[in-house]
Amino acid sequence: MKAIRLLAGQLKWCAQIFRAALREIFDESAYARFLSQRQLASSRAAYASFRREYEVTKARRPRCC
Amino acid sequence: MLIWLAVALLGALALATIALHRGEQINAMWLVVAAACSYALGYRFYSKFIAAKLLTLDALRATPAERLDNGRDFVPTNKWVVFGHHFAAIAGPGPLVGPVLAAQFGYLPGTLWILAGAVFGGCVQDFVVLLFSVRRDGKSLTEMARDEIGRLGGLVAYVAVISIIVILLAVCALVVVNALKASPWGTFTIAMTIPIALLMGVYLRTLRPGKVLETSALGFVLVMLAIWGGQWVSQTESVAHWFTFSGPALAILIIIYGFAASALPVWLLLAPRDYLSTFVKLGTITMLALGIVALRPTLHMPPLTRFIDGSGPVFAGNVFPFAFITIACGAISGFHALISSGTTPKLIRRETEARMVGYGAMLAESMVAIMAMIAACVLQPGIYFAINSPAGIVGQAPEAAAATISNWGFPITAAEMHALAQSVGEQTLYNRTGGAPAFAVGMAHIFSNSLGGQALMAIWYHFAIMFEALFILTVLDAGTRVGRFMVQDALGHIWKPLGRTSWYPSILATSALIVAAWGYFLWQGVKDPLGGINSLWPLFGIANQLLATVALCVATTIVIKMGKARYAAVTLGPLAWLVAVTFTASWHKIFDPNPRIGFLSHAAQLASGAGANARLIFNDRLDAVVTGTLIVMVTLILIESAVEWLRVLSGRKQARVKESPFVATRFAEEQG
Repeated sequence: MKAIRLLAGQLKWCAQIFRAALREIFDESAYARFLSQRQLASSRAAYASFRREYEVTKARRPRCC
Repeated sequence: MLIWLAVALLGALALATIALHRGEQINAMWLVVAAACSYALGYRFYSKFIAAKLLTLDALRATPAERLDNGRDFVPTNKWVVFGHHFAAIAGPGPLVGPVLAAQFGYLPGTLWILAGAVFGGCVQDFVVLLFSVRRDGKSLTEMARDEIGRLGGLVAYVAVISIIVILLAVCALVVVNALKASPWGTFTIAMTIPIALLMGVYLRTLRPGKVLETSALGFVLVMLAIWGGQWVSQTESVAHWFTFSGPALAILIIIYGFAASALPVWLLLAPRDYLSTFVKLGTITMLALGIVALRPTLHMPPLTRFIDGSGPVFAGNVFPFAFITIACGAISGFHALISSGTTPKLIRRETEARMVGYGAMLAESMVAIMAMIAACVLQPGIYFAINSPAGIVGQAPEAAAATISNWGFPITAAEMHALAQSVGEQTLYNRTGGAPAFAVGMAHIFSNSLGGQALMAIWYHFAIMFEALFILTVLDAGTRVGRFMVQDALGHIWKPLGRTSWYPSILATSALIVAAWGYFLWQGVKDPLGGINSLWPLFGIANQLLATVALCVATTIVIKMGKARYAAVTLGPLAWLVAVTFTASWHKIFDPNPRIGFLSHAAQLASGAGANARLIFNDRLDAVVTGTLIVMVTLILIESAVEWLRVLSGRKQARVKESPFVATRFAEEQG
């Protein structure tokens, strides 16, 4: 039983890390940080503002061959 | 320790099996086992040695992510998340296409180069450049070259980066053209990804702000529907002709697309396509790995083919040096140094995590290259050569091509090729050069045998084509934009308004400039009767490996200035190898008397023939000049670096690296 709980815990940790990685890759975390820094709620205007701020960073990010 | 001894023995057995088997087909799992063991040993022992002795990673030293944390560019991030982020940025179409092209030599040379190149070269480069950038507030490669080597080093690195971007984009576009020409199914599916990306952009901005994963999943479902709809398009004659294009027509469409993607707002097309592409990329690579393990296919390609002598139909040139520049990204890629000194160093939370991110992510990329090699080598060699050989080598007519390839010792009939084309929903698979179609057939073979059987072969093939084209077009639009910014940065020094990234006249002018540069090479490749990829892929490989040479020059200079000259062989070894490979390859590409290899001898052959084509002759001479210019620039940086090394080693110059001052980390208590 203990082993199953341990395994379940590890699987949960893996799933959390996987989700966190996806959220970082897809800029969801960056948007969350943007909202929290400015104490804003998610909205069209907030997202448009986020995209404007991140546009240059995003567009300058190289993608390898 | 016993476990590691067992891993070493198993790896040695697998390597011996793939290297020494002659005349018998082997199972692809031997490649997987050899790779897994080599990577495990390389990571456990070699990267640890580098981390401890050469770089002396300091768990107590604060990284720029911590010191300069601004919640935007600099953000201390979990190491696994940074790993995923870094891998998503370095894994492009290169490790898929390069090994497929190099499979013309057989599976052995490419596989050995992928394994050794990654463990001793590519991973080392990515790791040390990442750490050196971390210790310099996340500075870019060109800034580090300027600071540590000199102004010339910085200038050469900048020009090398621009050159490689232009050649890379041309090659990527050419691969897409070759994959989509005369293919209404593939063209329809890829064309549909543009409105899907636009829809995702609008959905993300107006309906569900910030829900990127959800939007990407929606985009993925729509792309799947587009693949399914493509079958109907290809089977409906009245619609199919709208999506059936020649190479030149596709080239023009892609040039227009590149310009539009560079000039349009990022949120509308570029960002959603990037998200969609990354989503598909990570999913497909995982599926391919699972498919190979589930199917455990047999490799039909021999370990070595007769084409190691340089007479290969896919591209001309001996196994040395051409196998080593054809496979770049899966073994060592200079482009990675841009990412290791770009976003990633600004996210690393602790210095000790640079090992897993820098060295580890490159190992994962190398595994992708091994999977591509397997996908190419599970095909019957006759099929592989029929797909990858240009019409100028094997002939236009199916019977003539089949006879030529059979005469090489790889039996194939026109009827077999026709049946294969029918099974994947294409009119023909002959002369589909560039690597992408052969990879798609191999991947469809693995997928259809693991899931769905032959009935789904066509769907899987077009899924693979869509995956590669989507992948490549993302590199194309993002790369055009990166190139545009670099040109704007440079022109801003001449006239300030040209450097303003939001001034539309400058946006349009610099977008046109960068698109014209790669568009020219693309056009040249499309018009080349020998298949274009024959000339352009080696040019790309040379440019990419020369950038790696620049990165390793910077790394070696820093190592010597750190007072670690006794460990300089870690970066000097791969540097010496790359210099040997790239300089030899460049010499051959410029001066080789064989017109299939040397640009100048090909130009001379064209000039001496009846009805000489002035444009093709000019193209050859231009390619020779580009290659020569790259070599001269890298020679200059090598000389400048060597002078710096000698000054430091002889004591004529004080060894002083330009690192940021030490600041203690607040994460010191954490386990690391």
